[in-house]
Amino acid sequence: MNVTYLEAIRRAQEKALADDPRVFIYGQDVGAFGGAFKATKGLAEKFPGRVLDATLSEDAIVGIAIGAAIEGARPIVEMQFADFSTCGLNQIVNQAATLYYRTGVSCPIVVRLPSGGTAGGGPFHSQSMEALYAHYPGTIVLTPATVEDAYSMLLAAVEIEDPVLFCEHKFLYNHLKADALPTDALPIGKARIARPGRDATIVTYSAMLHESLAAAKELAGDGFEVEVVDLRSVKPLDTDTVLASVARTGRLLCVSEAWPWGGVCAEVVARVTAEGFGLLDAPPQRLNAKDTPIPYHPALWGTHRPTATAIADATRRLLEI
Amino acid sequence: MSEAVKTRSAPVQGEGRELVRAYRIMLLARVLEEKLAALYRAGRIKGGVFLGRGQEALSVSVGIHLRKGDIFAPLIRDQAGRMAFGDTVLDTLRTYLGSALGSMRGRDGNIHRGRPREGYYAMISHLGAMLPLVAGGLLARRFRGESGVVGATCIGDGGTSTGAFHEGLNAAAVEKLPLVVVVANNQFAYSTPTSRQYACADLVDRAAGYGVAGHKVDGTDFLECMRVVGGAIAAARSGNGPQLIVADLLRLVGHGEHDDAKYVSEELKTSHLGRDCLVVAGEQLLEAGVVTAEELKVWRDEAQEEVDDTAARVMREPEPDPADEEWRAISSEFLEDFRG
Ligand SMILES: Cc1ncc(C[n+]2csc(CCOP(=O)(O)OP(=O)(O)O)c2C)c(N)n1
Repeated sequence: MNVTYLEAIRRAQEKALADDPRVFIYGQDVGAFGGAFKATKGLAEKFPGRVLDATLSEDAIVGIAIGAAIEGARPIVEMQFADFSTCGLNQIVNQAATLYYRTGVSCPIVVRLPSGGTAGGGPFHSQSMEALYAHYPGTIVLTPATVEDAYSMLLAAVEIEDPVLFCEHKFLYNHLKADALPTDALPIGKARIARPGRDATIVTYSAMLHESLAAAKELAGDGFEVEVVDLRSVKPLDTDTVLASVARTGRLLCVSEAWPWGGVCAEVVARVTAEGFGLLDAPPQRLNAKDTPIPYHPALWGTHRPTATAIADATRRLLEI
Repeated sequence: MSEAVKTRSAPVQGEGRELVRAYRIMLLARVLEEKLAALYRAGRIKGGVFLGRGQEALSVSVGIHLRKGDIFAPLIRDQAGRMAFGDTVLDTLRTYLGSALGSMRGRDGNIHRGRPREGYYAMISHLGAMLPLVAGGLLARRFRGESGVVGATCIGDGGTSTGAFHEGLNAAAVEKLPLVVVVANNQFAYSTPTSRQYACADLVDRAAGYGVAGHKVDGTDFLECMRVVGGAIAAARSGNGPQLIVADLLRLVGHGEHDDAKYVSEELKTSHLGRDCLVVAGEQLLEAGVVTAEELKVWRDEAQEEVDDTAARVMREPEPDPADEEWRAISSEFLEDFRG
């Protein structure tokens, strides 16, 4: 069997709908059409009345999900693209994320965000928004990088009592394949050592995991053993696993496809510097997308985001410090 | 189909007891808000005070026609509607005075209070944002197979200009949800007059655009508010989809107690819109022979006593203690990121 990252997301939703009568899916074109990326293909037919086409209204979509969650439902919202979730930002950050603290009533919604760049996606269909949502108290932000995690973390997300932003990477949808769906999984909030090493640590997540693994492979050819940590979830952030890795290697590079300012890399570097300064043999480094909107042309886009080559170069510089 | 129901005076029939109950809640809200204003001037309130003076008739008409099991998301000027739906003088004062024992535990204040598990949603400040929430609550009730449930939410003329208002009402109309949206057109959004807020002849005209029923009411006329709002809620309850009510009235106070509202003209204040709905309600009940002048006076004294006693009690209650506060924004303790 061959399961893609996208199919894993579809199957997780299918299982959630089958296992829990409180689950419903709400988003633009998710019904009979099966969603812009086909992540809900066949689900409306299989679960009549529980996979609803929404109006073109991101604020109302999230607001409706929150109201339904207050009344005991478990909504899964599909944003057509993560970029459009800014039109529902108010409901996510001010309503869903404040509800538990203010009222003691939790808000179990999952908002699926088809995230990240693909060739030709351009400024408004390519964004990575994990740092924006992680900035607000009251959110859980998941960034699966593998088929197995896409499946098991989405299933886990539906069971979490708090608002979950599920950042699934569009570039991985059809590129990434696994032999089968997983039967067990690491708990949410635990990072994973994706490749062991002793010379430097690359901390990364989502699609950048695969670029980082390719960079580590290239560096192995030069005799460097680079450890790669897949964060899996950026909030909560598994600082312990990151620190343990830095304790082994003494060097840190954090890689993210998102913009640099106030991002996940900045947070990782801040925590390692504050809590593990003595472990460092060199100043911690980060590699992000460039600080511009995401360009449309593949030639520009390919340089805007970090690639395996750029990551390998940055790691070499780190190793030379 | 959209059809603006024209205002007309109705005689008081067998519903005298409900009218008296509504009147006494309006009166209690008025007396409580006068107390809040006094406490504000005395520097006893934590944060701002935003009052609903002049809007009690409309607001109480909403709360009183809702039942246990319905959903209500009141807004800024709904003290009367809140109490008709089950909120209390005690919890109101606790929230304004910052008692640790209030429903919001010092985590939110004044009008931002509620008990979501009881269908009483706690507004966030962002105007319009509660409308989709009520729609979603109703959708979940439908999933559970519940019928005969109504969700109501209130908003001002300014709030109708938000995207959330439009998105929420449109989505509710598409789903044919039993949502009642009550617009208090009190002529101002803070200082902004309606001429700078919308360009249509009347906000109720928008009902046709959304494909929902529209109702117009004189918000200064207690009996009319009870009749029109009661009718709209009954229509939603019996499956006729969303209802948009637009009431014309005047905010008889500043936007908040910090605001002297100099921008409201004398002409407007002395116009029909400037009538005090509580005075009108008293006259209407007297005229209908449902109450006596003596009763009206006794009820006010009773309300005053309840409010004063409760305020004195709440002022002796503890404040929230930052050392005891659980500084955690998610319920899943095991997923906590920052600690302390
Ligand atoms: C989205 C949003 N923008 C601005 C404000 C600030 N604000 C609070 S109340 C208010 C005026 C509201 O006017 P209206 O909706 O007519 O209600 P009213 O105060 O007249 O009852 C404004 C601008 C807000 N709360 N929410």
